[in-house]
Amino acid sequence: MKFGIVTFPGSNCDYDAYHAVVDALGEDAVYLWHKDHDLQGADVVILPGGFSYGDYLRAGAIAALSPIMREVVQHAQRGGPVLGICNGFQIACEARLLPGALLRNASLKFVCAPITLRVENATTRFTSGYERGQLITLPVAHGDGRYSADDETLDRLEGEGQVVFRYAPDRVQAEESYNPNGSIRDIAGIVNREGNVLGMMPHPERAVDPVLGRPDGLALFESLLQHVAA
Amino acid sequence: MTRFRVAVHVVPRRGLLDPQGKAVADALHSLGFSAVASVHVGRHLVLELDAPDADAARAMAREMCERLLANPVTEDFQIAEVSAE
Repeated sequence: MKFGIVTFPGSNCDYDAYHAVVDALGEDAVYLWHKDHDLQGADVVILPGGFSYGDYLRAGAIAALSPIMREVVQHAQRGGPVLGICNGFQIACEARLLPGALLRNASLKFVCAPITLRVENATTRFTSGYERGQLITLPVAHGDGRYSADDETLDRLEGEGQVVFRYAPDRVQAEESYNPNGSIRDIAGIVNREGNVLGMMPHPERAVDPVLGRPDGLALFESLLQHVAA
Repeated sequence: MTRFRVAVHVVPRRGLLDPQGKAVADALHSLGFSAVASVHVGRHLVLELDAPDADAARAMAREMCERLLANPVTEDFQIAEVSAE
């Protein structure tokens, strides 16, 4: 199975994604340059974290118009899996692959910390390796992670099971401070209606190696592998 | 064709949490400007573009706002000024 990892000017988690796919998962990965029009036969496209175009105008707004995004959108429309992490989530929203938008953290502070998430939907092709209600720990590192959408969109997301990850309190994260960015309804990650595009602010690709802490992100990549191989 | 200067205001949609605006309002209060009820921080863009007339320049700027300059989910925009250079 082949993963294509898009490198935009300012991407900084493309190497982490490569490490997760190649070293932790044991699959193939290629870097895709944002100016190209070729996905090089990738089965899964990863839009990695970082600060594409310096977050100019709005985080992800300029990258969403990069040449390669035409092919990424076509890939998604054909049902191909797309995983947008952090800045990649912002880009996916700006490219209208996902509804809503990501705004400045309510605290106005950049947050960089391990955070507890609850898996809300374990039937997607990204999360079948988890259990519904499972609490996992993944790192977050962002300044613009406050998910926002109108009530109608939010109700639809909830009703269709498209809210995949939510920030959740646990023994370490107190009841009032578990949500790192003020995201509405504690939303940390969503899928599109078809279930083939996942956007999430936390970084599963930085949690795949036991040397660096709990490898809770690995199951996400393993889920994708199982689904595409099946 | 005439060269026009088009000024655009993009602001967070009213009613959405605007932490940046609130931080600025708090700072103004600390300076003693107690009359300030609220602040909204947005962007001011100045476009220089060629168009046959002012209406066409305005229409072009509006389309640019809808497609890129403002986020339709969270922001409102206003074409504040169109003037020939």
